[in-house]
Amino acid sequence: MPLLDTQADDAFVQFERVQKSYDGETLVVKDLNLTLPKGEFLTMLGPSGSGKTTCLMMLAGFESATHGEIRLKGQPINNIPPHKRGIGMVFQNYALFPHMSVAENLSFPLEVRKMGKSEREEKIRRALDMVQMGDFGGRRPAQLSGGQQQRIALARALVFEPELVLMDEPLGALDKQLRETLQFEITRLAHDLGITVVYVTHDQTEALTMSDRVAVFDDGRIQQLAPPDELYEAPQNSFVAQFIGENNTLDGTVSQLSGDKCIVQLDSGEEIDALPVNVSNVGDRTLVSIRPERVEIDPDLGPDSHTLDAEVLEFIYMGDVFRTRLRVAGRDDFIVKTRNRADQVRLSPGQKVKLGWLPQDCRALDP
Amino acid sequence: MELPPYATLGQKIWHYTFYVICGLIFFFLIAPILTIIPLSFNAENFFTFTPGMLAFEAEAYSLKHYEDFFTNPSWQQALRNSVQIAPVATLISVALGTLAAVGLSQPHVPARRAIMAILISPMIVPLIISAAGMYFFYSRIGLQGTYLGVVLAHAALGIPFVIITVTATLVGFDNSLTRASANLGAGPVRTFFKVQMPLILPGVVSGGLFAFITSFDEVVVVLFVGSAGQKTLPWQMFIGLREQISPTILAVATILVVISIALLTTVELLRRRSERLRGLSPS
Repeated sequence: MPLLDTQADDAFVQFERVQKSYDGETLVVKDLNLTLPKGEFLTMLGPSGSGKTTCLMMLAGFESATHGEIRLKGQPINNIPPHKRGIGMVFQNYALFPHMSVAENLSFPLEVRKMGKSEREEKIRRALDMVQMGDFGGRRPAQLSGGQQQRIALARALVFEPELVLMDEPLGALDKQLRETLQFEITRLAHDLGITVVYVTHDQTEALTMSDRVAVFDDGRIQQLAPPDELYEAPQNSFVAQFIGENNTLDGTVSQLSGDKCIVQLDSGEEIDALPVNVSNVGDRTLVSIRPERVEIDPDLGPDSHTLDAEVLEFIYMGDVFRTRLRVAGRDDFIVKTRNRADQVRLSPGQKVKLGWLPQDCRALDP
Repeated sequence: MELPPYATLGQKIWHYTFYVICGLIFFFLIAPILTIIPLSFNAENFFTFTPGMLAFEAEAYSLKHYEDFFTNPSWQQALRNSVQIAPVATLISVALGTLAAVGLSQPHVPARRAIMAILISPMIVPLIISAAGMYFFYSRIGLQGTYLGVVLAHAALGIPFVIITVTATLVGFDNSLTRASANLGAGPVRTFFKVQMPLILPGVVSGGLFAFITSFDEVVVVLFVGSAGQKTLPWQMFIGLREQISPTILAVATILVVISIALLTTVELLRRRSERLRGLSPS
């Protein structure tokens, strides 16, 4: 699966310099450029108001782009009405037709396409089996639970075999367990059917577990577009670092910079090693970010590495991991996560330790 | 409503006074209508209860006024006129009123409140003023005294009812359903008839019934806009009251009351059915 830069000629969906404004003054989407190859599962992740849903609505045709072009299989679709785009969609509130039975809901897109009765029945049966709802064809949506309704909505979006399916926070209203089951089912279906999926969510776990690539939205722009592991391990800016997963941040100034290594002087005076990500000059203000599970306690990292003095404030037993809160460089919200191994030391409050990390795990980002 | 054990004497007195007041209001509203029902079976040509009726003597009652209604050619002509005018006027009201309500429910329509106010005005402006205005306007364009003129006038009176009931149904309408329909490939016309219409149907039907009853009961506008050829049932009743003082109008009134009750019951049953379908209440 192509994950990096895609050539324009194998682009399946393409946003080119797309802008959107509802009131003619403020831009909800600012200069969006995005290319999806066929078969990719792309998630748009971001806080509410970041423009992710607007992008999805523009792709579906319910909102029009103020500027720029959206292409599907190379064809501009800005001037094609939603009902002629042939894109499947799963809505947040399911949007099942309440006056029709489940089978009639699924039959609707097929009747629109003037399909014969036997062919329709065959496709409906297959689509219902696909979401394990084979026995529910005669029910009405109001007689189904939330999870069942969402399965039907999924079946309805897939029954007319679209190549592109959009999902707008489809699991938002479900409880955690059901959400996890459906996450797995949706990814499995998407891969089995080879469809391209654009999935919108504000749940980062969902984004990380389901997607081939994740586009993190904030303030109308894509902050980073990367596969889940890259997004988590190599965030390109401090928004992404803080939005995805748990993260320790420290403020400081770059004091030495040489190639792929820099030394940051923290505001409290200590110096630490870091990987320069978006700092370019000595003297730049920076926010360094370290994942809690990449911090080592009393490390043995070699003679020229820096460590920080820390005092344990709180030790939390979480089963699979230990979560330790420490006072570091004048801040008392520094978190260290350690795996629950037989030989793992359990720290107790008041204990003094040294913290260190590999320079590449500590990223010097924009302040 | 149960009185709580801590109710004071004043609250108890008010509690029972309240029931009395409610009862009086119901009596005031319904008694005149209920009275005409037994009177329509009067064996005499009077508008009052005869001593025989009060004594429940069988010979004091008869169906002769009903017989008069079904045999008298002028009543029959009036019935035919009403039956020809009301359904057509209702159809126009429902079509135009539903379209207006659907259009005005979309947030991007400019001046929607002003347009709504204008469309609803026939319900607010005193009928006699509407009627006089229509008379002068329809005379100019040659519609005065024609079947089409009366139908259009009644349609204009019925539209506000349809707009109001359909708008009320549209408030609860989930717009993602029309989006889903478009997404599944249905054009705007198909979406309207297959998705939106079935769900707002209770509003359309009750609006239509109000429009029908308005046309069926209306006397002022038809007196102005119509001519002898469009003499409707209420018009004939008005004449009957003024010139002939025939109790036949009581029989007609009874029939109309029964029709109205039947229609309103139908509406209520339809509304409950649709709520059940939409999952708003348990089946």
